[in-house]
Amino acid sequence: MPESNSSQYVGSRVKRREDPRLLTGRGRYVDDIKVAGMLHIAFRRSDYSHARILSIDTSAAKASPGVVEVFTAKDIEGEFNPVLAQSRMRDYQPTIMQILAADKVRFVGEAVVAVVAESRYLAEDAAALVEIEYDELPLVTDPEQALINSSAKLHEQMDSNVLLQREFNRGDVDEAFYGASVYIKERFRFTRKTSLAMENRTYLAEYNSAEQALTLHTTSQVPGIIRDILVDALDIPGSHLRVVAPDVGGGFGGKTSLYPEEVLAPILAKKLERPVKWTGDRIEDLISTSQGFDEIIDAEIAVDREGRILGLRADVIGDVGAYSIYPWTAGIEPVQVVSFLPGPYKIENYHGRVRGVATSKPPTGPYRGVGRPVSTFVMERLVDMAARELQMDPREIRQRNLVQPHEFPYKAASGIVWDQSGFTQGLNGACEAIGYDGLRRTQAQARAQGRMVGIGIASFAELTGIGSRLSASPGMPINTGTETASISVDSTGGITARFGVTSYGQGLETSLAQVVADELNVEISQIRILQGDSAAVSHSTGSYASRGAVLGAGAAILACRALDQKLKAVAAILLSSSAEDILIRDGVFSGPGSDEKLTFKDLAKAYYSQMGLIPAPIRNEIGELSATQMYDPEWGTTSSATHIALVEIDPDTFKVKVDKYVVAEDCGQMLNPMIVDGQVHGGVAQGIGAALYEEMIYDEQGQNLTASLVDYVVPSATEIPRMDVVHLDLEKPKTLGGVRGMGEGGTIGAPAAIANAVADALAPLGQQVTTLPVTPQRIFELVQAAKANQ
Amino acid sequence: MSNLKTISLTVNGEKVVRQVEPRLLLADFLRNELNLTGTHIGCEHGICGACTLLVNGDSVRSCLTLAIQVDGAEVTTVEAHGKPDSMSVVQEKFQQCHGLQCGFCTPGMLATAEDLLNKYPLVTEEDIREGLSGNICRCTGYQNIVDAVAAARDEVRSQ
Repeated sequence: MPESNSSQYVGSRVKRREDPRLLTGRGRYVDDIKVAGMLHIAFRRSDYSHARILSIDTSAAKASPGVVEVFTAKDIEGEFNPVLAQSRMRDYQPTIMQILAADKVRFVGEAVVAVVAESRYLAEDAAALVEIEYDELPLVTDPEQALINSSAKLHEQMDSNVLLQREFNRGDVDEAFYGASVYIKERFRFTRKTSLAMENRTYLAEYNSAEQALTLHTTSQVPGIIRDILVDALDIPGSHLRVVAPDVGGGFGGKTSLYPEEVLAPILAKKLERPVKWTGDRIEDLISTSQGFDEIIDAEIAVDREGRILGLRADVIGDVGAYSIYPWTAGIEPVQVVSFLPGPYKIENYHGRVRGVATSKPPTGPYRGVGRPVSTFVMERLVDMAARELQMDPREIRQRNLVQPHEFPYKAASGIVWDQSGFTQGLNGACEAIGYDGLRRTQAQARAQGRMVGIGIASFAELTGIGSRLSASPGMPINTGTETASISVDSTGGITARFGVTSYGQGLETSLAQVVADELNVEISQIRILQGDSAAVSHSTGSYASRGAVLGAGAAILACRALDQKLKAVAAILLSSSAEDILIRDGVFSGPGSDEKLTFKDLAKAYYSQMGLIPAPIRNEIGELSATQMYDPEWGTTSSATHIALVEIDPDTFKVKVDKYVVAEDCGQMLNPMIVDGQVHGGVAQGIGAALYEEMIYDEQGQNLTASLVDYVVPSATEIPRMDVVHLDLEKPKTLGGVRGMGEGGTIGAPAAIANAVADALAPLGQQVTTLPVTPQRIFELVQAAKANQ
Repeated sequence: MSNLKTISLTVNGEKVVRQVEPRLLLADFLRNELNLTGTHIGCEHGICGACTLLVNGDSVRSCLTLAIQVDGAEVTTVEAHGKPDSMSVVQEKFQQCHGLQCGFCTPGMLATAEDLLNKYPLVTEEDIREGLSGNICRCTGYQNIVDAVAAARDEVRSQ
């Protein structure tokens, strides 16, 4: 245990140690890495959404300057074992990953042919010369059609296009609806998005044939998961396969899955015995990186006269795209819409059903918030619509239904258990910070002037830092509940802490160094953090699902405690004291038995290098001055927040301007408040994008109409407001260090808050917001509809 | 290739003479020929702004510029703004204000910020946001970038 609780670094706005390299152009992203003899891959991708491949002619491509080899599915047959995402979910149908499309293509952008050449330019030249003849197959682009029409199947061997279905039941929903005063039924639509990390996906594979060892540099959030699956896919021992994620330029979920190109690069490096790199471009990112959300939600809510929610029903169709993504499965997104739909509210009667339907689009996968931006949008819209019917303030109806402080732990209607978290305090905190009552008066004045001004509230809860008792994705048979820290003091006194959790912008290198420095009582500058390398620790999955800080900090604390004991045992001998009496302050050991003081360097030298100071039997017992520990938070912990937005709609352009934005959240102990604020800001900005701008549009033919940043619009600095973030100082959760995860919350709350605010602005017109993004075009249509109704 | 053209330019204060293909992008030239990998490529169609750098003091998209177009010009990349132990004012303010997370858009943001600070009064927050609106950041929600530029403005102007 540390000597005192006067933690120096945890909780402070420590400047990020990764910044100097990133700010001066000295970061090291995958595409920055060059290796002697390196070749480049370019892909010829499918132009059709659903078609049989009749023939492929690669002769012109092979003859193109600089081309080393051209590969089709046939050319890599037998080079790998099939990859498919398994699940214990009943009625789940897995799909086999196509490394290169073999007999047919199932979405526009699916890789069919890989060209390997001396440069990326030459590889792309040659890829354009590949001739592919297709026979178009029946369209499977509309999820509702795909659900009922089993004659047009995307995967012939399957019973239907329904990859999964699941139901949640609690209480007697029919009875609850029978007794309701207010009943709302609505169809909601949350359209397809993409993570859009600024760095495109890039893979560099090197094969050392002498050692039969493979190294893959990848833009991944989960190098541990990638290593484990590639070991199986490529039949190579884990000891001989190293997966490295160096500096990674954002992820947000889009770099959490295994991709065909990520399997192909190692296959080709091995076949050609030369390093190969694929650097994806933005169009490839927009048409082949996992996409997010995309659900149709038919939902009903029953409420009594006092505004208490009596019952909730939902039927969700998730458009999961062409394949069930590895390792998360097609269930990760749509199932969580239904399991999180009851939100932070007390709902005794619930029926939720979800079906994930395969369509000829890129697979959906995790995108920041996963399921919960959608469930929160639907639930918060329903609550607001009920409040309007009852002529009750949106704040009041939430206050009446939120799980109250004395009611934790609370088992939600879908079975999720919320541990104590500031649900009501978040609502009150946000209202106070934005000056809610005053804002309502301002709004009334604006409305009197004919302005379209709206206020939107969104309250939500999420499970973060989940341990081994739950699976990060429904029924997924991979352990995502533990993380490892390995901390060592070398023979010079250098302290190195190795982690499995990776950083792709979150600043974990800094946050985790803060934790280690406090636990070991040393200067933070003495600590080196190594992460993003599958060789760093024996097992790891990576960073996703708001787990990095919870599991990383927990593992660090356990490892530091174990190391602390070893260090003190050694110090006790050197300082003629007993281990219990040894103090470590600012990296210096002292004890009552001696006036001598030892630095880490002194101690390490005495222990490792100066023979005779430590009796051999004791050194044999203590071993290396290092400790490796795994942390498992078992169930995880609840993070919660309330967001409030003030918006105004321009009456001429119907553009929505966000004028004020407040978040009040409970994320437990903050490791670094500066980083926490940054995470909230960035999450909210993505949520605003999802609410107002971003939409992946596919036409009836399955063609992507938004395959450029001109068409897939993400917010810039002029679309995002200044945000006010309130951190609630409440009882800490039981996780080690009292940490809750908070990387995704911003994106969970913002779409709902914006949707409610726009709906509130349009309320005098009697129109509802049911589809996101609520673009100027959609608002225009709502306004036109209101005029037509008059 | 037979159609190589010779270009001669100044990159970060150093004279560079190279033979290049006419189609070679400036961004690829810097990254692949000169190993200046601080310039990042985000979209290759001029929208995201990650590849922004300074050509003769003006901010330019290096993914929309051919290397042969900067023949005779003076190119400044992020590597020349400062070093890890001697960062520029703007770089320091970005660290202080937490104006970066993953760092991928950062070199472009820094180039745009330098250009804005050199040319415009940037009186209001709106001015700064407008000036930065051609650079996409997916991590920060912009607030801390805006604050960093404002802090740099205040420091530079007070000197």
